Amino acid sequence: MAMVEILHPGLLSLLQDAGRFGQHRFGLTSGGPLDPEAFYWANQLCDNGAHAGSATAIEASIGGLKLRVDAPVRVAVTGGEMPVTINGASAPRWQTLPLQAGDTLELGYSKLGSRCYVAFAGGLQVEPQFGSTATVVREGIGGLRGAALQKGDTIIASTDTGGPCLRLPPARRPHYTHRATLRVVTGYQLEHFSREQQRRFFQSTYEVSERCDRMGYRLLGPPVQSQLDGILSEGICLGAVQIPPDGQPIVLLNDRQTIGGYPKIGSVLSLDLARLAQLMPGDKVNFAEIDMDLAQRILHLYYNFRRTITPDLIAPGFTEE
Amino acid sequence: MESQTRIQVAGENALIIYFGSVASAAISAHVQHTARLLPELMGPHLIDLIPSYASLLVLFDPLSCEPAQVCHWIEQALEDETSFGDTDGTLVELPVWYSPESGPDLEALATGAGLSVDEVIQLHQATEYRVYAIGFAPGFAYLGEVDARLTTPRLATPRRRVPQGAVAIADRQTAVYPAPSPGGWNLIGLCPTPMFNPHASPSMPVSVGDRVRFTAIDRQQFLDLGGQLPGEIR
Repeated sequence: MAMVEILHPGLLSLLQDAGRFGQHRFGLTSGGPLDPEAFYWANQLCDNGAHAGSATAIEASIGGLKLRVDAPVRVAVTGGEMPVTINGASAPRWQTLPLQAGDTLELGYSKLGSRCYVAFAGGLQVEPQFGSTATVVREGIGGLRGAALQKGDTIIASTDTGGPCLRLPPARRPHYTHRATLRVVTGYQLEHFSREQQRRFFQSTYEVSERCDRMGYRLLGPPVQSQLDGILSEGICLGAVQIPPDGQPIVLLNDRQTIGGYPKIGSVLSLDLARLAQLMPGDKVNFAEIDMDLAQRILHLYYNFRRTITPDLIAPGFTEE
Repeated sequence: MESQTRIQVAGENALIIYFGSVASAAISAHVQHTARLLPELMGPHLIDLIPSYASLLVLFDPLSCEPAQVCHWIEQALEDETSFGDTDGTLVELPVWYSPESGPDLEALATGAGLSVDEVIQLHQATEYRVYAIGFAPGFAYLGEVDARLTTPRLATPRRRVPQGAVAIADRQTAVYPAPSPGGWNLIGLCPTPMFNPHASPSMPVSVGDRVRFTAIDRQQFLDLGGQLPGEIR
């Protein structure tokens, strides 16, 4: 058993697993990693195998996380471009990093990509609440005490028992930029947006506002109006694009409220939400319309392709040029 | 009723069933009936359900089943001819300490409605409410519908902090705040019954489709039932 001590939580560090499902009846939202792709690879690189999509890891937003381990553990850092250091020496992301007892791992501040995942071989040992360890601060559920990680928090990890050192080849890594095209599966109240309003929504460029968090990303740009003032409150799925009366779209993310009464034009494809959640205020967003059939084909292709990607075996301590 | 229902795409792994365009006990009962049938029909392909006033959001696993198959399951559920009624849910009684001290909007609401405070308290207890939806926050149950005479819009400026247990009215809905939170509903009293306790089983005293009756208690009974005084409510 190894202990992970949080020396500094940075801007926002949260324990996350795949998310909380089947608990909407209590009004509990899903939580889970904002960028499930980076989360998945962090766990894969720790050789967490079948649990790669679900083992508990740390989601660090923007940067500043600093932690120390009291025994040898294996970790991997994936996601946005936060500089990683071990005991002050630069270390790579996207590969297995063996840590020794007393080592300190630190994430600097990101300039591109706002979320990083720090996974641990064997996963972090956290007591699940409502079937999940995902932290939803707004609800006070999951993680440790339902709260973000704080200085002095300790979490149990597995001691390094040896295992492969892995690296995701650079060509297979997500490419983070300051721009994202979000494919929208149209639906919900789409028919209550005129053709002209739909065209405006799909042909305009929007900017990520300062009001972007785990609940949702508020965008700024040409306002879109629906013919509805409001609707009877209804269930909101991940990625739903809500249009409030000011016409500025809000893309609802993992910590969204589960029901709401604003009209929605459809929902962003989950694969593209991972890209959106890596953006920062001022970054640009476009929307592209797709239908349910195309969405299914894209998802199947993506997951089938992902299964074929095998990380490279590397020597411990390997650093690329 | 089938003729009024409509299945619409909501997202890559979500279909939403609309049962009508208004809130009513009959429509809500149909939502509930369908929500009860789907888990068995869909088995592991069902991820979650979100029932609301007149809709049911069905979340499925897109890697294990096709949307057309989900539509088929939904249609099967909608065609089910087992009878159901709008009084199928459990009746839950919730005690409320109504007073200007525990409900700072009680007097304003009475004035606005042209009623006395006692009349407001009587009318709020006279209705058997239905749990239409649970959301906004864990354990927040939307109850409807309050007597038309008590219809009151949300506050122009929401409170920064509504205390746990606050009993509130907005439009024709009423609710008990399960935890301290910001909120814009009109506060008329305090309920000592915890509406959401993650460490208890069950975590909530009510489920969607249940019926709720409020009964007046006084300050001492509120305290005896474990109610916590929130301090001054601004």
